[in-house]
Amino acid sequence: MSETNGGQVSEESGTALDAKVRAEMEQIVARYPESRSALLPMLHLVQSYEGYVTPAGIEMCADVLGLTEAEVAAVATFYTMYKRRPVGDYHVGVCTNTLCAIMGGDAIWSELSEHLGVGHDEATEDGKISLERVECNAACDYAPVVTVNWEFVDNQTPESARELVDKLRAGEDVSSTRGPKLCTWKQAERVIAGFSDGLAGQGAQAGPASLAGLRLAEQEGWTAPEGGQPALGGADEGTGGESK
Amino acid sequence: MSTPSEASAEQRAPVTLTPVLTARWGEKDSFTRRVYERNGGYKALRQALQRTPESIVEAVKDSGLRGRGGAGFPTGMKWSFVPKDIPKPTYLVVNADESEPGTCKDIPLMMADPHVLVEGVIISAYAIGAHTAFIYVRGEVLHVIRRLQAAVAEAYEAGYLGTNILGSGYDLELVVHAGAGAYICGEETALLDSLEGRRGQPRLKPPFPAVAGLYASPTVINNVETIASVPSIVSNGSGWFRSMGSEKSPGFGIFSLSGHVTNPGQYEAPLGITLNELLDMAGGIRAGHRLKFWTPGGSSTPMLTEEHADLPLDFESMAGAGTMLGTRALQIFDDTTCVVRATLRWVEFYKHESCGKCTPCREGFWWQVQILDRLEKGQGTEADLDKLLDLSDNIGGRSFCALADGGIAPVTSSIQHFRDEYIAHFEHGGCPFDPAASALFTVERKEEAGVNA
Repeated sequence: MSETNGGQVSEESGTALDAKVRAEMEQIVARYPESRSALLPMLHLVQSYEGYVTPAGIEMCADVLGLTEAEVAAVATFYTMYKRRPVGDYHVGVCTNTLCAIMGGDAIWSELSEHLGVGHDEATEDGKISLERVECNAACDYAPVVTVNWEFVDNQTPESARELVDKLRAGEDVSSTRGPKLCTWKQAERVIAGFSDGLAGQGAQAGPASLAGLRLAEQEGWTAPEGGQPALGGADEGTGGESK
Repeated sequence: MSTPSEASAEQRAPVTLTPVLTARWGEKDSFTRRVYERNGGYKALRQALQRTPESIVEAVKDSGLRGRGGAGFPTGMKWSFVPKDIPKPTYLVVNADESEPGTCKDIPLMMADPHVLVEGVIISAYAIGAHTAFIYVRGEVLHVIRRLQAAVAEAYEAGYLGTNILGSGYDLELVVHAGAGAYICGEETALLDSLEGRRGQPRLKPPFPAVAGLYASPTVINNVETIASVPSIVSNGSGWFRSMGSEKSPGFGIFSLSGHVTNPGQYEAPLGITLNELLDMAGGIRAGHRLKFWTPGGSSTPMLTEEHADLPLDFESMAGAGTMLGTRALQIFDDTTCVVRATLRWVEFYKHESCGKCTPCREGFWWQVQILDRLEKGQGTEADLDKLLDLSDNIGGRSFCALADGGIAPVTSSIQHFRDEYIAHFEHGGCPFDPAASALFTVERKEEAGVNA
């Protein structure tokens, strides 16, 4: 099954994994009471350098954690975010779980797959875009949803999704609906591994659907009841209640 | 506002929304410590640190808060299962792996207001005597991960995390840990295996995590919304919490409306609100259509129909209707939707996400997909329906974890409510529905034109 097992690691050529990466792996290990807990973020870190989980990456993780390569490969092959071949600079996910699919995700998938000439977990020849049918990404109130390098691009249509990938392919700046300018796959993987890119402050705090109930409550004057407990720590207002 | 539907209006006062967790989401930069503190944030922590841990556990017990991740187990009771006076450390783990289809409440919460989660973590960890806590967030939500990382860093800077928090002598380390794409890791014991750097496969219980969880140490695992509810309970009291919702399902919760509804989104209300009341607030089913079927709390909760839309959305009423409150993920489908297509897609999901550990789940969903696929193409027979139900009997309750039970929910409930529609597929020689009619885009454009006119 796995091409990463056993003695095939030697085929690796020109790896980006050097002493610096190893030191970052040690930093990840230091976050946890037990070292093996670092494995998932370490594999994300490997992808941030290599683009996917390479045999050399598996070897380094195993070496740092004192595990066998088979043990690391067993973990890497379990999770869908770890890729075993290169993905595009922009990895585009189309939600085709039931709700998004029915709201139009299936049509978006067909459009993109045909337009780019690639199928599930495949990349375009120029290496710019790869496609994946993703499962529910917890943005159902923005259906149909597309993701790019795990950022939300909400409320898509086949036309808007095609325009999105065309812009990304042409190297134009595109922002996610609720976040910053879309970064590359490798940059995203570095953040997921736990290394901040300082972009948390960008983008809206919430999209319109997230605020649908709150806006209605404000309009209607609806609030939660006032807090009734005498404050022990000097609280002078209900902390859980209204925001204004 | 239009009035709530007649059936419930006579028996009780009109239900309104009660923004608590969502209250700060509308403010610019609500995710920063500055804005959170301006709105009273971290005062509950100061109060909590002046109280004994036991009194916090008692307050949460008294509030009747039940787990918001789907199962609804009483939170205070879960906390009290942690054994005292054993040499091993205790851990708190927040389940932020939100991935149950339809569920979309924790992600916007962490995006807009990560500090309420961080504050809840500190208070809860203090209550159970933990000095290390983790937020296990799914990996596929990059911007949410950024916001969590930033909030945790700000909390350390302010002295809310680290050693001797606010001079109390209490220490806590909090680690944001991103997963790597596996629905099964929302199951608490699979989450623990994943957090230990292994394949995310569920463990046999007992022992329960409260006794032997992370690193075989006592561990409490709570959902994001559960933990985020704790600061307001500490500040306002359990009586305040109980003034919302019902006796057995007290408090507020975020209801997530998605699908064929005019204004999908997050609506925070007391437990016990009905679907019809929520639909009134959300502008109703999309224009020109009727409600066909809906899930009360994600795809793992058996689907309901129009006739259930006046039932209170609380734990007991949903159980009474043969389903579950789950995560309050109200996925709404109108009369253009083929229930066989919906069910097939859900079962494909469970097949894909089965961790493979238990044979009934691993093999069972594989076979169900084959049969449903055939049925949707109009090539099935009535015997296939019995086969699906028979398979479901052999999957549910025969595996380590609830993924198996959840995965059969759409199968059994869709056959229960829409048997005729399955039959219509093979009588008709194919699916009688047009998928284009269910899609939002063509209709949305028409509606937008209407609104702007």
